[in-house]
Amino acid sequence: MKTLTTPRMEQCIGCHSCSLACARLVHRRLSWSTAGIRITSSGGLSTGFVAIRCLACDPAPCAAACPTGAFKQREGGGVIVRKKLCIQCGKCVTACPVDAVFQSAQGDVFVCIHCGRCVDFCPQNCLEMREVTELDEVLL
Amino acid sequence: MIREQFRILVFNLASGIGEFVLLDGRDQVAGGSGLAALLYERYGKHDKPWDDEGQPLIFTIGPLTGYFPLMSKTVCGFRSSYHNEYTESHGGGRTALALQFCNLDALVIVGKARRLSCLYVANRRLELKDVEFMRGMNADNAGKLLRRIFKGGSGHRSILRIGPSGEICSSMACINVDTYRHFGRMGGGATMGAKNLKGIVIHGEGDLELPAGKEYLKVYQEVYDKVTSTDMMRKYHNLGTAENLQTLNDIESLPWLNLQKTTDPGIAQVTGKVFADETLLRNGACAGCPVGCIHIGYIREKAKLDNRYHYHQVAYDYEPIFAVGTMLGVTDAFGVLRILDEIEKVSLDAMSAGVALAWATEAAARGLVSENETLIPLSFGEVEHYRQAAIHLGRGTNEFYRLLGQGTLKAAKVYGGEEFACVLGQEMAGYATGELYFAAQTLGFRHSHLDTGAYSYDQKHTEKDVEKAVEFLMADEPGRALLTSMVSCLFARAVYSDAQLAACLKSVGYTTLAENMDHVSENIRQLRWRVRAATGFRPENFSIPKRFTQVKTWKGRVDPAYMTELKEEYGRRIMALIDAGEKDS
Repeated sequence: MKTLTTPRMEQCIGCHSCSLACARLVHRRLSWSTAGIRITSSGGLSTGFVAIRCLACDPAPCAAACPTGAFKQREGGGVIVRKKLCIQCGKCVTACPVDAVFQSAQGDVFVCIHCGRCVDFCPQNCLEMREVTELDEVLL
Repeated sequence: MIREQFRILVFNLASGIGEFVLLDGRDQVAGGSGLAALLYERYGKHDKPWDDEGQPLIFTIGPLTGYFPLMSKTVCGFRSSYHNEYTESHGGGRTALALQFCNLDALVIVGKARRLSCLYVANRRLELKDVEFMRGMNADNAGKLLRRIFKGGSGHRSILRIGPSGEICSSMACINVDTYRHFGRMGGGATMGAKNLKGIVIHGEGDLELPAGKEYLKVYQEVYDKVTSTDMMRKYHNLGTAENLQTLNDIESLPWLNLQKTTDPGIAQVTGKVFADETLLRNGACAGCPVGCIHIGYIREKAKLDNRYHYHQVAYDYEPIFAVGTMLGVTDAFGVLRILDEIEKVSLDAMSAGVALAWATEAAARGLVSENETLIPLSFGEVEHYRQAAIHLGRGTNEFYRLLGQGTLKAAKVYGGEEFACVLGQEMAGYATGELYFAAQTLGFRHSHLDTGAYSYDQKHTEKDVEKAVEFLMADEPGRALLTSMVSCLFARAVYSDAQLAACLKSVGYTTLAENMDHVSENIRQLRWRVRAATGFRPENFSIPKRFTQVKTWKGRVDPAYMTELKEEYGRRIMALIDAGEKDS
């Protein structure tokens, strides 16, 4: 099972194309927030960029915290999201240790589902889908 | 969903209150440049000077902002301290997407804050904060402090600020955007300074629903492929605009030494390749642009004792390198970056500052000004002296520098040397390509090399056909005005053909706009000029200094009579356009 990795973030130019692609293709939104991958600067633009995204925990604390089963453990790490079950309680948001779950002002939650649709839209080749078994460490 | 009506936040700095206004006109003015002019017509005080408290400072985005690649710029409209007429400046960074995700088409700032302040705009927060303690603070430190004061939103906020030059209302003061981009020209920083506005933080976390169906996704993919998988944008991605240095030097069109020359062997030390090979530290992008044309170099400074160093990052482009490099005779890439670093800190427009200091250097050599005025000896190539001069210019240390900051010609009127002031409406951009460019920048709407493709025309035409050349300018302008109303980066003008633009507009639901692009672009052009005329524009307000008649390009010596004819005819056509627009309205 492949997961999204971000092994070359030092090449990131901060264009947000990945976030925009996720919002556009997965969630049908125009946004840099309601997306499974979000780019922040790591202390002003002079210090580069960080990708805020699901690190594919297994077991995933967000799934454990979800009271309705809307977040369900995904094989290989991360979660499967069933939006219809979500009651917008935000437990997953606080459970995630790396702020990877975003909750919009309307209460909807957004997390990476490791579909890899953002990868082709990174012009800097920062992103890559990798087999979990190939990873020696979490690639930030 | 798209916003059929413009959604505008009008914030009054005097009362500290913001008001949301919904405005019609999408199908007439689109957004960006068109919307800024519409808003100036509505909120501007035509009979009051640029620094009247009631004058608006306007930021607008367009109908395609964020929806497509390189639809990533913001238009800033204001009455300029430089010529007291309406103008526009365009900036990149994150401002456009931050406004879009605040669900805003425009931010209009009126009034004057009682003390130096910073405005914070977010989806669910609107606040004017007293930052009087930041008075005199340079733009670099101001950015750091504003990030600390307004916590949260890293990556999704845009921080606009001015340095000391804006606070003293220098007409060369820019508005720094997200450290490496600017609303550079025509003194937008002075307008913020006159309003006691040190900074503006825009933090957008909202989202918009996309149209149903596959058409939008298909059109997006087409555009994305063009900008990333073809050679259309390669120049900007690779060496960046700095690539032009060698090219323009080769065709004898690169200004050197206050335009005393147009080519020099010294180019070998300041080409785009030299900057990339020796100084380039990394690249950056405006939000929503996968091209990433931002080139950031570094300077390394040694402390006084032992091997102790620190470094600083400085963005470079063709224009700043021309202005403080070749124009000042500086042929050391790191030296160029060192001067730019000081210019960034005091937050001056690099082009204006470099050209002004080039004039001051020649004026000093001719004995028109002395060290009593310049405070330090100015001579071409002296990096350290230019660093100090940049600080004096930005902080307005004495009367000479304060006057120079109002415009090179204003200083030249007092001290002499108008004939060698390289001013074409404002300090020249780096294109000594010939008669048409000189006439076009002199009378262009923004006095920018991007108002029309005149510099390109000069490079392709040797014949002296006034009517044909001016017709080219007139025909070229509406398409650019439409693009800057979308608001596209003009680097993408080859990508966004009329057909491509129409497909983009249709795919997100702006069908009427897509079907009336010719009419809308002409309407925007007329509206902009009408607003400018209402604030005092007349072609005779602007002249071409003698230095431009002495230039030699690949075509030979400039023909002064031809240049005069071009300017007169272009001015006549602009006035005819304005008159026709006034009759129509």
